[in-house]
Amino acid sequence: MREISTTIIIEKVKEMCISANRNLGKDVIDKIEQSLREEKSLIGKDILEKLLENANIAKEKQMPICQDTGMAVFFVEVGQNLVISGGSLTDAINEGVRQGYKEGYLRKSIVGDPILRENTNDNTPAIIHYDLVEGDKLRMLFAPKGFGSENMSRVAMLKPSDGIEGIKDFVIDTVKKAGPNPCPPIVVGVGVGGTMEKACLLAKKALMRNIGIYNKKSHISGLEKELLKEINKLGIGPQGLGGNTTALDVNIEVFPTHIAGLPVAVNLNCHVARHMNIEI
Amino acid sequence: MSEIKIETPLNLDKIKDLKAGDRVYLTGTIYTARDAAHERLVNQIENKENVPFKIQNATIYYVGPCPAKPGEVIGSAGPTTSYRMDKYTPLLLDKGLKGMIGKGLRNEKVIDSMIENKAIYFAAIGGAGALISSCIKESRIIAYPELGAEAIRELYVENFPLIVAIDSKGNNLYNR
Ligand code: SF4
Repeated sequence: MREISTTIIIEKVKEMCISANRNLGKDVIDKIEQSLREEKSLIGKDILEKLLENANIAKEKQMPICQDTGMAVFFVEVGQNLVISGGSLTDAINEGVRQGYKEGYLRKSIVGDPILRENTNDNTPAIIHYDLVEGDKLRMLFAPKGFGSENMSRVAMLKPSDGIEGIKDFVIDTVKKAGPNPCPPIVVGVGVGGTMEKACLLAKKALMRNIGIYNKKSHISGLEKELLKEINKLGIGPQGLGGNTTALDVNIEVFPTHIAGLPVAVNLNCHVARHMNIEI
Repeated sequence: MSEIKIETPLNLDKIKDLKAGDRVYLTGTIYTARDAAHERLVNQIENKENVPFKIQNATIYYVGPCPAKPGEVIGSAGPTTSYRMDKYTPLLLDKGLKGMIGKGLRNEKVIDSMIENKAIYFAAIGGAGALISSCIKESRIIAYPELGAEAIRELYVENFPLIVAIDSKGNNLYNR
């Protein structure tokens, strides 16, 4: 049995909250640079240039890339031979979020009740999804999720006969309806299969994947590439003001499903596609 | 695509020739307000109470900034999605609001009211909060401090980069 103390977890989560919000990943920056070379609209080019400049300023001044520093979403894989000492893992993650959002001067965007809407003032609680896995490691995927793009996300319970065309139509329709609101260029996370909630989880997890990495299944990676092309033909462009850079990437995750169903969830992310992972 | 410098307070003269798609650098005083502040503003107007700033010819920026680090004026401060304010906007336009800064689509009612009241809607770059914060030279909370990021702030901005999204005649860049 390996033991990890909550003190270490709190510290790591805190650092991750601050760093993910200030330092845009190289995968995202590289892709925006590539898009800038390929973008045909003048306004679009100007916007992409400013996005790169923005990421630079954030890094140099160590300040948040975007003021919506998001709801803190975690996918946590806990090795079953691991013992957490010093308190509960959930409390430790929330404490790390609390400290990170305070010390990093990040925005506190969480209300404690969806109807009463009082701010919790420390950005907790985090959204935490657990998986028990083999081994004795603790692996955490973290994404601060902005709501401009979260609000434009959708789920559909398609029929098996809708097939691949149905999936494509739903994804493209979601991106069209979202238009400028999710701060394009966007990253499109798609979950296909499972049950309703499983599809949503898959879509969220798809957003944790680096840009430019494809699904291992060839029929899925083919669909990812095809959808990216189709979406970039829509003309929505950077900030929805026209252009051929609407999406930076499409990531699809799949899971077995029921003979009667074809659940599809689309979770949108903005160009501030923050995600980080650590293993302790 | 022209680049134009303008100063607040806005008035009909300054905005009547601005066209959807123009790039504008804005300098002067503007006010921040997002969901919760809009709800309060509109309640105060409906109850005939005093509002925290003069709406006539004012410009509102839809933003909930990050806290300022010690020694800084403000934290990251990019626009939030405007459609959530649509419900409250026509009343503010009737009261003389001239400019709005945000990101994304507006509904028909807002656009009709903009045409009627001759107002303008600018898009700031969503997600460029660090860049925009460097244009903000002064920031002061003037109302609802208990709302935190959603409090109303008076900002002084210099050369805030904007794009005219919907002009005073209702031409809409998002529809092209
Ligand atoms: S959608 Fe993303 S880039 Fe746009 S405001 Fe929200 S977090 Fe920032």
